[in-house]
Amino acid sequence: MLLISCPNCGSRDETEFHYGGQAHVPYPENPNELTDRQWAEYLFYRDNTKGAFAERWLHSTGCRQWFNMLRDTVTYDIQAIYPMGTPRPDAAGQLTVETGTASLAPDSTTTGTAAPSTSGTSISGTSTTPASTTAPEGATK
Amino acid sequence: MAETAAPATSYEKNLSLRVSPAAQLRADFETGSVRGVVEISEVAFLTMVGLRVNRDSDAGQRVAAVTGGLPATCGSVTGTGDSSVLWLGPEEFLVVAPREAHESLGGGLIQALREALGDGAGQVVDLSANRTTFELTGPRARAVLEKGCSLDLHPRVLKAGTALSTEVGNIPVVLWKTGEETFRLFPRASFADFLGRWLLDAMREYASPEVP
Ligand SMILES: [Zn+2]
Repeated sequence: MLLISCPNCGSRDETEFHYGGQAHVPYPENPNELTDRQWAEYLFYRDNTKGAFAERWLHSTGCRQWFNMLRDTVTYDIQAIYPMGTPRPDAAGQLTVETGTASLAPDSTTTGTAAPSTSGTSISGTSTTPASTTAPEGATK
Repeated sequence: MAETAAPATSYEKNLSLRVSPAAQLRADFETGSVRGVVEISEVAFLTMVGLRVNRDSDAGQRVAAVTGGLPATCGSVTGTGDSSVLWLGPEEFLVVAPREAHESLGGGLIQALREALGDGAGQVVDLSANRTTFELTGPRARAVLEKGCSLDLHPRVLKAGTALSTEVGNIPVVLWKTGEETFRLFPRASFADFLGRWLLDAMREYASPEVP
């Protein structure tokens, strides 16, 4: 059992949380311009890191807020917990680069504030809709 | 509930038609309670209102004026009179009030909150039927909860007047310590039967004489 320190609630059992996958996967700036392969890579391709890995977590049984966590996938050591929308706290060179161009709101609907807005809290991890994207619905065509 | 003569008022009628989520456990709660040690009961039909609003916004201030403040941090509870506001998240709160506060029984709380929110960003949602309330009280109440809750419930950490969203017996609940030896648990209605039976099972050992 991991003991995860929620930024709002403090230490809680892992069972109160839901895993949200890899962090810092930006929603493509213009999904319509992507090839099917690029789109598929955005949707489905994730790193399989051995070692420090940045990932998203949701405190679903508590405050229902998302946050980022830097966790070692080998030792399970939690190295950092930081708000949605802020960069990965360790060396910049380790930032994960995915397909698509960087968005202003890299991985969350919470617009990068430390206290996420209520509008973003009930939306599941991968369906992000940053304000900078004009026609997200077109991406599925 | 037994059939009675035609209710005199709509208040009585509305109440007589309701079945609480743990009504079927009433007799079990009665026999399972160990007087003076640990007792359980369902407090049915409390008025509960889900609030989502930014505390610092104008709408938040208007809502806070109705509720008697909005709690700022995890665990804290504010309130005025017999209604309380529990912190659920940075912008999410649960108002708990007596059942008479509900509009079906002539209360005006929800309407007052709606008007206070106005067209501000947020929500006022009647959640009275979402959860039911168990009250667990007595010197062994903490020991019962500790069998299925990983929070530190020791009084030096968990003070009376604290409410936390967590799990008890693997069931998500809001756990509110309302007194030194009294806890209120708010399970969702569909979990009420399971959690009620889980608590009865956890209480059972205290009916036997303590082994010296
Ligand atoms: Zn939390």
